[in-house]
Amino acid sequence: MFVAWRDLRFAKGRFALTGTVILLVALLVGLLSGLTEGLAQRNVSAIAGLPADRIAFRSPDAGQDLSFADSAVTERQWRLWSEAPGVESAEPLGIATTRASAGERGAGVSVLGVAPGSRLVPAGDAFGGGSAVLSRAAAEELGVSAGDPFTLAGRELRVADVRGDAFHNHTPVVWTGLDDWRAVAPPSGEATEPAGTVLALTTTAGADIAATDRRAGTTTVRTGDSLTAIGSYAAENGSLRLMRGFLFAISALVVGAFFTVWTVQRAGDVAVLKALGASTARLLADAVGQALVLLAGGTLLGTALAAAVGALLGSTVPFVLTPAILVGPAAVLIALGTLGAALAIRRITAVDPLTALGSVR
Amino acid sequence: MSLELNDVTLTYPDGDTRLTALDRVDLSVPGGCLTAVVGPSGSGKSSLLAVAATLITPDTGTVTVDGVRTTGMGRGALTELRGRRIGIAFQHPHLLPSLTAVEQLQVMAGLGGRAARGARGRAMELLDAVGLADLAGRRPHRLSGGQRQRVNLARALTNDPAVLLVDEPTSALDHERGAAVVELIARLTRERGTATVLVTHDRAHLPAADRVVEFAG
Ligand SMILES: Nc1ncnc2c1ncn2[C@@H]1O[C@H](COP(=O)(O)OP(=O)(O)OP(=O)(O)O)[C@@H](O)[C@H]1O
Ligand SMILES: [Mg+2]
Repeated sequence: MFVAWRDLRFAKGRFALTGTVILLVALLVGLLSGLTEGLAQRNVSAIAGLPADRIAFRSPDAGQDLSFADSAVTERQWRLWSEAPGVESAEPLGIATTRASAGERGAGVSVLGVAPGSRLVPAGDAFGGGSAVLSRAAAEELGVSAGDPFTLAGRELRVADVRGDAFHNHTPVVWTGLDDWRAVAPPSGEATEPAGTVLALTTTAGADIAATDRRAGTTTVRTGDSLTAIGSYAAENGSLRLMRGFLFAISALVVGAFFTVWTVQRAGDVAVLKALGASTARLLADAVGQALVLLAGGTLLGTALAAAVGALLGSTVPFVLTPAILVGPAAVLIALGTLGAALAIRRITAVDPLTALGSVR
Repeated sequence: MSLELNDVTLTYPDGDTRLTALDRVDLSVPGGCLTAVVGPSGSGKSSLLAVAATLITPDTGTVTVDGVRTTGMGRGALTELRGRRIGIAFQHPHLLPSLTAVEQLQVMAGLGGRAARGARGRAMELLDAVGLADLAGRRPHRLSGGQRQRVNLARALTNDPAVLLVDEPTSALDHERGAAVVELIARLTRERGTATVLVTHDRAHLPAADRVVEFAG
């Protein structure tokens, strides 16, 4: 990197400009990643956090996708799953979106109804029959704490406890008993009262999921795969990831374009060094090292800035940045940038040292 | 330390035919001998230098550098040979804009091509030999044309070459400075025992040479 370092210092204006573009892209990528994660948590954290490895839905009508909004499971389906071999537990979970209020304050909430004593909620036996466990955000928005009364779709309930940060479909979660959920849920249109919206299953390796699905008329997926059945999750996540993908591509193109111009400009230097006996491999290593320094520098600064912004934003916006979320995109930025640069720098290979002898052209 | 060209013919493609730049040229330069090559423009002087520098392979004939026959050697091996045994001073100094004068001489060691140890000390010695020790820290844009040409010359000597090839080192200089550079080349050739080929337009420089080869137009 003998020449690379000196060129970086000598042409600092040009490198600083490109480095700034890389920094800004890295900052944007970091912010987008934080927003993606934050929005995702407000959308899926209640379901993703369930102590269940599979979710059983009522099989959707032909041509329809799985959807929490359209699902409703019956007592019979619940019983079939509970009795199925290899199924450790099958618990109904009712989901409904409604309004809660306490005094002057109101908030849209997701009501998640569970059976009394359910393992699906921490402290599951602490409530049911007119009392509810509120997630921290729900309690905050309503301005209530344990023991306070509040109203859920016109029904008087009492706060049994406040715990957890669960969100569902961008609204904070209120855990209730199944009876309270049934009271607030819109009519299912079925002849029999539904047991819940879905079944949360804990299975062992021996469970024959497909066979039980056939018998019960359900469709069962892994908990992680069920997240796309939450309203806007797939579309929202998809478009944010697409934006980030575009940023990756833009960064690689900018770096590639810069190093194309730069490599063409220094073709004369490269010819001289080759004529003096420098091997192509050493010249390539020198130039790629330079690209790596620029990329790593810009990306690290941009990512650090994103982390700082994330820390300043705090919990007021849906924004979550952890080192694990930052490292991946930063590594992708550096890797794709290096690829773009390497494609540009590759033309060092084609420089003919003969051109260094000015008079022979 | 010597350079031998035997029966070298070099042609360039020229439309449908080929243009003969070197026609069965023989040249033998022993160590410590300054050979000047003169001739009109287009007579093949630079082509001769390019062949001697292993930058271009002749159609026929052999080039022997310091006892090594280059015929049939691959690109990589030729690059290495240049790095170890050949010094080239270019017509235009072609200094790297980001490097100081002393760094111009360290660049090959810096890139890992040669032993890096002691590179700076040797570079300073060489700068001293061409009278530029004071300007070691200057970048090319702050050096005069003559100073650049001397750095160019010193750089050609950093690998202790057996063969030194110099192409019109004075073309960008006034007569007085040009003469000083040629004097310097003659002195370094004798001190270091290099087999030196100097291409020049200026007949006034010929007395400094041990031998003169005339190329016809
Ligand atoms: N790369 C090339 N392709 C085709 N023809 C070339 C090439 N290089 C040189 N020639 C031709 O070969 C002949 C010899 O050129 P060369 O550069 O060796 O001459 P020269 O003696 O160095 O001239 P000058 O004094 O002008 O530098 C010229 O007719 C030139 O046009
Ligand atoms: Mg010439």
